[in-house]
Amino acid sequence: MGRIKAKPEVCMGCHLCEVWCAVAHSKSKHIIKAFLYEEEKPLPRLVVEEKLPLTFALQCRHCAEPDCVTACISGALSKDPETGRVLHNPNQCVGCYSCVLTCPYGSIFINPRKREVIKCDLCAGLDTLYCVSHCPNGALVYEDC
Amino acid sequence: MGNMGDYDYLIIGNSAGAVGCIEGLRSMDKNGTVALVAEEEHHVYSRALIPYYLGGQITRNKMYYRPRDFYDRARVSVIKERRAVKIHSAVRMVELDNGSRLGYGKLLLATGGKPVYPPISGLDKQQNVFSFHSMKDVLGIERELPAVRSAVVLGGGVIGLMAAEVLHKRGLDVHVLELADRLLAPVVDETTSHLVEGALQKAGVTLYLNNTIDQVHGTQRVESVTLKDGRSIPCDLLIVGVGVAPRVELAQGTGIEVNRGIVVDKNMQTAVPGIYACGDCASTYNFVTGAGQNLPLWPNAYLGGRIAGFNMAGMERAFVQGTAMNAMHFFDINIINAGINVTGAETPDGLDVIQEYNKDTQTYRKFILSEKGHIKGFILVGQIARAGIFLNLMRRKTDVRAFIKDLFKTDFGYADLPETLRWKLLQDDVILGVV
Repeated sequence: MGRIKAKPEVCMGCHLCEVWCAVAHSKSKHIIKAFLYEEEKPLPRLVVEEKLPLTFALQCRHCAEPDCVTACISGALSKDPETGRVLHNPNQCVGCYSCVLTCPYGSIFINPRKREVIKCDLCAGLDTLYCVSHCPNGALVYEDC
Repeated sequence: MGNMGDYDYLIIGNSAGAVGCIEGLRSMDKNGTVALVAEEEHHVYSRALIPYYLGGQITRNKMYYRPRDFYDRARVSVIKERRAVKIHSAVRMVELDNGSRLGYGKLLLATGGKPVYPPISGLDKQQNVFSFHSMKDVLGIERELPAVRSAVVLGGGVIGLMAAEVLHKRGLDVHVLELADRLLAPVVDETTSHLVEGALQKAGVTLYLNNTIDQVHGTQRVESVTLKDGRSIPCDLLIVGVGVAPRVELAQGTGIEVNRGIVVDKNMQTAVPGIYACGDCASTYNFVTGAGQNLPLWPNAYLGGRIAGFNMAGMERAFVQGTAMNAMHFFDINIINAGINVTGAETPDGLDVIQEYNKDTQTYRKFILSEKGHIKGFILVGQIARAGIFLNLMRRKTDVRAFIKDLFKTDFGYADLPETLRWKLLQDDVILGVV
């Protein structure tokens, strides 16, 4: 089980990781179509923290003992014992926000459109981690723990 | 009825704590035998989802907290529709209501709580009186709903207000009765209460503060209620939501200490070795106050059970993450709070209160700080994003005085922390130094 780590010193604060994260979670997976034609504008699952000149991107840490899974009242959040991924099942989520209350990183985001949360799934089902592979300056890296 | 067998682990109860225990101990011990005694016939469901189900947001099968094959996969023998009635701790045996017996190596009491019914004259178990606690309530309320026009909710706490919102959404006239002078009285402060009161009134829910039921009219069914102030309300459905009492009956006659809840140490063990407790029935360590307390909230139940499971399987872990904490929403006002709640004009000795209310955005933030600048409690209303960062600072006893103004930023994050502290908290998450 690895995790994505940020390199604050080389992060430019360009927010492209947010853009590409949204694309990764769009229907078309296409940067133009995703924002131009899709009914629901895709949303990013990570946030670029900023206090200029400091910038760095932060997403779900897929914790060993995840507080969000502990707090989840519906069973929507779970930790996959095989992959170590902390997964969120939107079909089971009721949007109680207990995970927003407990995530120590503030990495579970409220979907502004409906009563549910969204989070990083380490690009499950895709062939690359979009935020890592699209960072123009190598400020996000995936490291095995 | 004879002996139903001996198990390495025996769990009494079938909710969040029980599941936490199973998941904790099974991650350590794949082979030990596990049995669970459940009063109800249902697969493990989430009581916290009752309002969402009755409000029509989810279907019945989404009320299950874990997949249907959860117990099979975890190799747990589930004994349903049976109640444990006595613990014979000297011989490590539990007796059930049909006389049968179960031996155990380690025992977890996860018996939960039962809704409190206040002593009101004429209030017996009429057909249209329910709490918001069990599947039985759910089925009963569903059965009644088609014929209900006027619903009375006794109790203006978290459960009562969730019930009120659901019933209002179902098109009923809803009347909420609260004995205190404001809603959510022990949970949040006055400002938050008033914001919630405003939202309920705006939606059309009728509130009766400083008030309760004096008399209930009707024999088979409640037909109307007379209030303390003499007013009378028609009532087709009465929801009782005044609180939940820990179920500690099993501890009686054993050496287990009870102080409102079943008293456990940080390892979730009771005064009797080998017997553990968690969740609504237990009195557990509150990391903010340092005291043992009944903290009947979902995250505490699951995690307390999980930690009990680790300890039962021989892996020592301490439950030091529990405190009062709520994520709530009433008529689209989102509220998150945790830790100590300070109310009234007086701030207790040694504590400092800072708050900011924005009338335009209807947002509110309040932090309770110790003399050392540690967050002891907070309330966020309207703007709750990334609230967990505050809980993390609270758990780590971080001195926040150097960035106290930033706590009110709606986008407060790790970037706002002093450098040394920030990189300490994120040491496993960032790589420093240009390489």
